[in-house]
Amino acid sequence: MSTTRVVDQIDGALTARQAGPPLNVVYEWLTTVDHKKIGLMYIGYALVFLLIAGVEAMLMRIQLAVPNNHFVSPQVFNQLFTMHGTTMVFFVGMPILFGFGNYLVPLMIGARDMAFPRLNAFSFWVSAFAGFLLYFSYVGASGLYAAGSAPDVGWFAYAPLTAKVFSPGHSTDYWTLAVFLSGIGSIGTALNIVTTIVCMRCRGMKMSRMPLLVWLYLVMSSLVFVTVSPLTAAQIMLTLDRYLGSHFFDTQAGGSAVLWMHFFWIFGHPEVYVLVLPAFAFVNEIIPVFSRKAIFGYPAMVAASVGIGFISLSVWAHHMFTVGLGAAANTFFVFATMVISVPTGIKIFNWLATIWGGKVIFATPMIFCVGFLFQFLVAGLTGIMLAAAPFDWQLGNSYFVVAHFHYVLVGAILYALFAAFYYWYPKITGRMMSETLGKWHFWLFTLGFHLTFDFMHIPGLLGMPRRIYTYEANRGWGGWNLLVSIGAVVQAIGLLIFVYNLLVSYFRGKAAGHDPWDAWTLEWSTPSPPPDYNFAVLPHVNSRRPLWDLKHPEDPDSDYE
Amino acid sequence: MSLFTRRHITACRKHRLGSRREFWAAVCCVPLVGRTADGQSPTSIFAPAATPAHSIFDLSMLVLSITLAIFLIVAGLLLYALIRYRHRPEDALREPAQVYGSNQIELSWTVIPVLIVVMLFLTTARVIIGTQAIPKPEDALTVTVIGHQFWWEYRYPKLGIVTANELHIPVSSSADSNPTYLNMSSADVAHSFWVPRLAGKTDLIPNRVNTMWIDPQQPGLYLGQCAQYCGAQHAKMLLRVYAESPADFAAWVSRQQQPARQDFAGNPAAAEGQAVFMHNACINCHAVSGTVATGRFGPDLTHLASRDTIGSGAIQNTPENLRKWVDDPNSLKPGCLMPAMHLNDRDLDAITAYLAQLR
Repeated sequence: MSTTRVVDQIDGALTARQAGPPLNVVYEWLTTVDHKKIGLMYIGYALVFLLIAGVEAMLMRIQLAVPNNHFVSPQVFNQLFTMHGTTMVFFVGMPILFGFGNYLVPLMIGARDMAFPRLNAFSFWVSAFAGFLLYFSYVGASGLYAAGSAPDVGWFAYAPLTAKVFSPGHSTDYWTLAVFLSGIGSIGTALNIVTTIVCMRCRGMKMSRMPLLVWLYLVMSSLVFVTVSPLTAAQIMLTLDRYLGSHFFDTQAGGSAVLWMHFFWIFGHPEVYVLVLPAFAFVNEIIPVFSRKAIFGYPAMVAASVGIGFISLSVWAHHMFTVGLGAAANTFFVFATMVISVPTGIKIFNWLATIWGGKVIFATPMIFCVGFLFQFLVAGLTGIMLAAAPFDWQLGNSYFVVAHFHYVLVGAILYALFAAFYYWYPKITGRMMSETLGKWHFWLFTLGFHLTFDFMHIPGLLGMPRRIYTYEANRGWGGWNLLVSIGAVVQAIGLLIFVYNLLVSYFRGKAAGHDPWDAWTLEWSTPSPPPDYNFAVLPHVNSRRPLWDLKHPEDPDSDYE
Repeated sequence: MSLFTRRHITACRKHRLGSRREFWAAVCCVPLVGRTADGQSPTSIFAPAATPAHSIFDLSMLVLSITLAIFLIVAGLLLYALIRYRHRPEDALREPAQVYGSNQIELSWTVIPVLIVVMLFLTTARVIIGTQAIPKPEDALTVTVIGHQFWWEYRYPKLGIVTANELHIPVSSSADSNPTYLNMSSADVAHSFWVPRLAGKTDLIPNRVNTMWIDPQQPGLYLGQCAQYCGAQHAKMLLRVYAESPADFAAWVSRQQQPARQDFAGNPAAAEGQAVFMHNACINCHAVSGTVATGRFGPDLTHLASRDTIGSGAIQNTPENLRKWVDDPNSLKPGCLMPAMHLNDRDLDAITAYLAQLR
């Protein structure tokens, strides 16, 4: 059977299905095992939760805009920050990054789907169900204060506040079970991504030729195995404590509160890298294309990524510098934490060197990467401050920390995600996103971001702890908090422009073609959007940039390997 | 003078010698962030007033200057590269030269950060050991601090004092080093003791005893609050540390060692209030020394009227506020664990009169 006939058949099947009545389309999406559809569902689901958790953030910022405010009650405020944190980490960050991974990894390694398509669908639906379960607590949990009440134990749910005696009702159970289920989904998808990368690469794609994005997803998924498992196990232990009388974390019966902290942070800190490695992944693909140069120091970038993966497993107790682990333990974790800045620095320098000598085109994906670079630099440097344990005794659990990790999560990860949206949207939909709206989005969001998160460091330096529903007027925190809240509004407007851009470009964007950015990785060799099973004929690559080789037969990369 | 006392003094002296660093702090940071409309923020970490806070401050200045230098260099290079190597229309369609990497360059930007890290690490380790690993003077005042939802219990075992929410300690000076050691634990969930001008925070964790020490050099009131989320009223679990001259502290101690006043001459309302107090559920949770009230779930009220605030610093200690508090604490501090007592007006007035004279 010739290649053209296969393509015709695939196209034919696609058209036939798309022509069906609306219910068939729903059925198609509900039952799909296609990595691209699952990836898109991950992304769509995460965007919905992003908006919900964003609204929660806005409510908190209204409450904190002025001292002694009574916009929401303490109980509601505590639920808001618990839900905001849990949602953003487990139901926005993880799924949106898994979504891009699902969509891009098979395309970039020249595979037709993930290694286990049905496991893929299972993992997605379990995670999705977990998100709905968490929010069902607003209706279903008979809590302390009302018929339905959301969890209010904070996103790291320190024991023994989660014990039955301090958190009666079922809201904490909703939290525990939601995190547990999302853990099952994450482990399933991570398993799938690792297997896909190890086993499904096309001919010629040695490990040393994989795009850096694929390398980073390999490291990220491996980390998910190692770190989400203890968290998921700890949820079971907590449930046993709450219902079957075990005493892992029950301090009143001799259990250990510190044990929970270890379980949580052996997940919690590598989790930061689980989230930020995919952000590095996007930036690794986008900066070279818009600088028109190959990535500088590919082997060093791979080594740094793998190094970060390993070192990140030995830094968790820097979240516990104030717990009283003793001078020796504190000193060890200071060293481990500071060391991780070396591979991270290598990455920043390599991005700089990639730009150096290039011809930088400031399209929307690139300007978001530029924002990423500067903001990630700042986030890394405030991270060094926090790594110096005595400084952390002052800054830990203050608004300085809140500003620091939002610099990582928003300033770095979300910016890289925005870049990824603008960059791959044409591939996913076949349409370009509006550049004009993109620039508005960038400048408004950046203005809001810096208003909020630059000034948020300052109340922390002035002694403002996190997770307080209100604060005293005489502390000198009021003005700064007002600026932070104003910035939040500006960010919200920027975000709405982005959502509008996503929707309107789908219908009115100009056609993208196969390869609108003149890029070099395999996904740009497929039509936009790529057909089911991606490649009619599996590709055969000879270098790290197969499309460069095709476009420059006189000077292919393969000559230099 | 013993070895450890000398160490405390050395630490004190060092911060005075570190005036050049403080000058830079004044130039770079403090005017920017340390000021409020009515002067200095009472909880700024850049206004240290005890040795642990001073050594953190010195370290923080070093870390801030190194990170600032790194930021300026790297951000400057990035900015330069982005402007210098921007795409220009006259560039036509030719791709720039493809450079794949350079081992020498990679090595240089690995080794230099490693050196910076080692330097930072050694400096940090010195401060950790200087704060956490120095032995305790045998005669040091020791206070047991117990965190509760949502208040602080302070016990002075050698002095026989039990009080709540307002910690009194003597000041320390280089001539008379007088650090106070805090042995900290929790009766329920995790809390954290944070008075930024005195020291970094230390967590209070049930089933565990943590220790920290503070030695304020100036008399005065130092503010702070709980820094570990502990439930509904985490925000109003405020800290007040009163540092007093040795004479003032001794006077405070001798007052606190007295049992509660039992002499109600000229104050019949207080006598009636005591009866109401002793015949209601108050005594299940509160103690008043010298009476049948020996409850320990709530703050000790023996010398309640000597305190400036009630509700762990949430409100001023005035008879009106006391009356409102006894009537319905949740109207002042929603989520606090004391139930509304639902007394009639007469009983409320009486109990307020009783509590207000517990000096």
